[in-house]
Amino acid sequence: MCRLALKTANEPFSPYEVLTAMEAMKEGYDGSGLGLLLRGLHFENFRYNPQHPVLSGIAHSEAAWQRLNAIMEQRGYELEYDHKFETLPTLIEAKDRYRYFLRIYKMPTAFGAKNEAEIEDELMFTRLCLRANGEENGNDLTVFSFWPDVAIIKEVGWPLEIGNALTLHDNRITSRICMAQGRQNTNYGINLYACHPFFIQGIATMTNGENTAFVPIRDWLLGKHFPGYTGYQSDSEVFAHILHYTLKQLKLPLQAYKHIITPLKNAELDQHPQGVFLKGLRDVCRRLIIDGPNAIIGSLPDESCLLVMDQKKMRPSTVGGRDGVWAFASEMCGVAAMIPDRDPANDFQPMREHTIIVPPDRKELTIWSQLDPYPLAQVA
Amino acid sequence: MVSARSVSVGPSSLSYTDLPWIIQHREDRCTLCGRCTAVCPKEAIYLAYRRQRMPKLDVLKKARGNEYRTFVGIRQKTSMANACIGCSMCAMVCPNEAIMPVPNTNEHRTLFFHNQKGQPQTRGGRRNISGPNLLDRIMFDRISMLTDPALDAGRHEFNLTTTLGRVLSPEEFLKRTAGGGWIPPTREIFPFVIGSMSFGALSPNMWLGLLQGVAYCNEVLGIPVVMCTGEGGCPPWILKSPYLKYIVLQIASGYFGWDEIIRAIPEMQCDPAAIEIKYGQGAKPGDGGLLMWFKVSKLIARLRGVPEGVDLPSPPVHQTLYSIEESVMKMIQTMSTAFGHKVPVYPKISASTSAKSVLNNLVRNPYAGGLLIDGIDGGTGAAYNVSMDATGHPIASSVRECYLDLVAQGKQNEIPIFAAGGIGKNGNVTQNGMALIMLGASGVHIGKYIMQAAAGCLGNEKNRCNVCNLGICPKGITSQNPKLYRRLDPDLVAERVSEVFMSISTEMKKIMAPLGRCQSLPVGMSDALGISDKDAAERLGIRYVC
Repeated sequence: MCRLALKTANEPFSPYEVLTAMEAMKEGYDGSGLGLLLRGLHFENFRYNPQHPVLSGIAHSEAAWQRLNAIMEQRGYELEYDHKFETLPTLIEAKDRYRYFLRIYKMPTAFGAKNEAEIEDELMFTRLCLRANGEENGNDLTVFSFWPDVAIIKEVGWPLEIGNALTLHDNRITSRICMAQGRQNTNYGINLYACHPFFIQGIATMTNGENTAFVPIRDWLLGKHFPGYTGYQSDSEVFAHILHYTLKQLKLPLQAYKHIITPLKNAELDQHPQGVFLKGLRDVCRRLIIDGPNAIIGSLPDESCLLVMDQKKMRPSTVGGRDGVWAFASEMCGVAAMIPDRDPANDFQPMREHTIIVPPDRKELTIWSQLDPYPLAQVA
Repeated sequence: MVSARSVSVGPSSLSYTDLPWIIQHREDRCTLCGRCTAVCPKEAIYLAYRRQRMPKLDVLKKARGNEYRTFVGIRQKTSMANACIGCSMCAMVCPNEAIMPVPNTNEHRTLFFHNQKGQPQTRGGRRNISGPNLLDRIMFDRISMLTDPALDAGRHEFNLTTTLGRVLSPEEFLKRTAGGGWIPPTREIFPFVIGSMSFGALSPNMWLGLLQGVAYCNEVLGIPVVMCTGEGGCPPWILKSPYLKYIVLQIASGYFGWDEIIRAIPEMQCDPAAIEIKYGQGAKPGDGGLLMWFKVSKLIARLRGVPEGVDLPSPPVHQTLYSIEESVMKMIQTMSTAFGHKVPVYPKISASTSAKSVLNNLVRNPYAGGLLIDGIDGGTGAAYNVSMDATGHPIASSVRECYLDLVAQGKQNEIPIFAAGGIGKNGNVTQNGMALIMLGASGVHIGKYIMQAAAGCLGNEKNRCNVCNLGICPKGITSQNPKLYRRLDPDLVAERVSEVFMSISTEMKKIMAPLGRCQSLPVGMSDALGISDKDAAERLGIRYVC
């Protein structure tokens, strides 16, 4: 089963710290992949403006690399900084990695006239355009994200070895949030796009466990005909898209996410102060009810981090930390490896009804229960 | 050789071996109690006195002569009207196991004489095709074991219910919630519904037993089963009772019983589960309902508002409507309004290559609460054999096609599709139903299976019994004759109904657990299905396995 680790701290830290935590949990994965998401970026050699979008991915050939440059230029993006990883290719299993890229662009001047939603769509379309271009050319270009203040690295292999291969321990790139997932979902084919975390318009999630309700959920999301709801090389990608749909399309508060993916039982809803509304919400979002994964760990553009469990809660995840630094992990030992100097007595393992939030100020955890009243403004 | 004229043989003359069932009678065991002849619904057997000549030859006296002995025994009639239907009631009542019908393994000639007096064969039951059907051959092959272990059917909590009624899109729901708009009514029901069998087609005892069983499932077992009335109204005491919430009221082209229903609305203690508008039926597409005069008793006549003892054929179509658009506009909307927009209203159609166009019309109508599609294997109380056997469309591909059409529009959660027609035909009711659910149905309707499992209906697809249309049901399930229906104890039917639904509910868990599903009914989980038939796999968009 996949292993998950997320660390969030006021002070940027190296992603290598999280990779060592993955090492502590390595019994659970098979070296079939690593996904790494960094948010709240800090570069040693560059003063980064967090408004500027970062493009991350892999070019598998020089031709792909050139096409990428051409497309970005054509869409009006000006390259501001090109982070070059010190790579040790011998540590990487795959042999067709021409270049791992992490590049910062300035938005086109024409964006000045666009509103926030239009800019967000344009950034997504650019990512999808590059992805489609790679797919049309024998998958020689893989693009993970194009978004301000977010970088993603995905590769097949053992997490620590991938970290070594990209010399992530050199502190040239650090971040305030790092999400890592070891092991791809091998229920489906091994594919770089199948690595967690999944990302769409600033929203990222990663999951352990199999989502057996994948096909009906995927079919429903595809029916929304939203261009970003695509891919689905992994059954876990739908969690990111459901979160996106909840927050961005339905414009519901974060509390609604848990009510949508794991609604309360009828008997519980009958007792709930907003039971009528929540039953209605369950019915209209019925095809988004998940089945199977154990933990969904996510992060949002405002640097909030969240953790929710599946209704069955077969393998409890843990959250622990202290003022200013917090960690989520699929195993207790993962939290201990990321923040050894915390009071483990204050660690918390969410139950089926909980949503754990670490707000952007990182002072303390917020624990929401589905049984608590739902924000009234949405119901009225 | 004797001349032909001396033997009574006509074109329609048949012998025992020409009949589908041959009565085997053991005279050495018979006590001549007469129970078998009294119970036989077809009067296929009779007590006969026979004389046997015993030739006598006394060689010494050179005398020849005869002695005669008489004996009694059970004999079988060979006329078409009295041909044995194999119901075995004679065997059931015989105290000495002296009699039973035996299926004729040879080709039988009655097939050619079902048209006497110019009247083609009519019967009850369903399409006479036996053997495993397509649904029986579907396997649930996506076993969850890699990253999640399979669930424990006995330990985990399973959500087995489905939604009946129109569901809004999430966007529209939030808009209407904020603006105080109408939220269409929905019901959380068990996905196996007792399909429409009318009060008239079924005997009062059968109906009472079903209703008692359904109430027990809901109120004691916590299984929210609902049942549909079929065309023919609903007894007034039920309309005014709290049990109405377990009843789907059907309106069909004859509108039988709706005077009573409309008049009872002000006195109803609760809303019915739903309203079903019947436009078509899988067993006899293009044909209306038919209750033959034998079954129009005083009670039925009162319920339906008609004289006693007359045939009650419903027209094939609703006479006031000329198109599905019109019927959707007029009937669905009217019925919804009649019940204060608090009751889901959905149409029932027969499966057909044109089912999709009906569905797409419903998608655009905000009052349509679902679509029930009834396949060619659906049962009926009375229809022409040719309609039952040859007219219609199998349910699986019709449902799948409609579901995928909704998927393409992103509307699969908004209009639930219910499937009917042959579910449990070979006893695999849960497997058949779950296969249809994973192909895209939100639930299934079962009628014939319930009669067979809950009341011991003897009918089968080798044309055993199948005399529901004649009102002579030997088990008293489909008869309005008190002598017959008193054979059926409603309490025992109710007990069987609850046993059936308890068992379906356990089997559903046994199917869902290995697939790793328990949180919601796996509607449209086609990745879990496999079939060892390439063409069927391709048509249904599921995996071919071998």
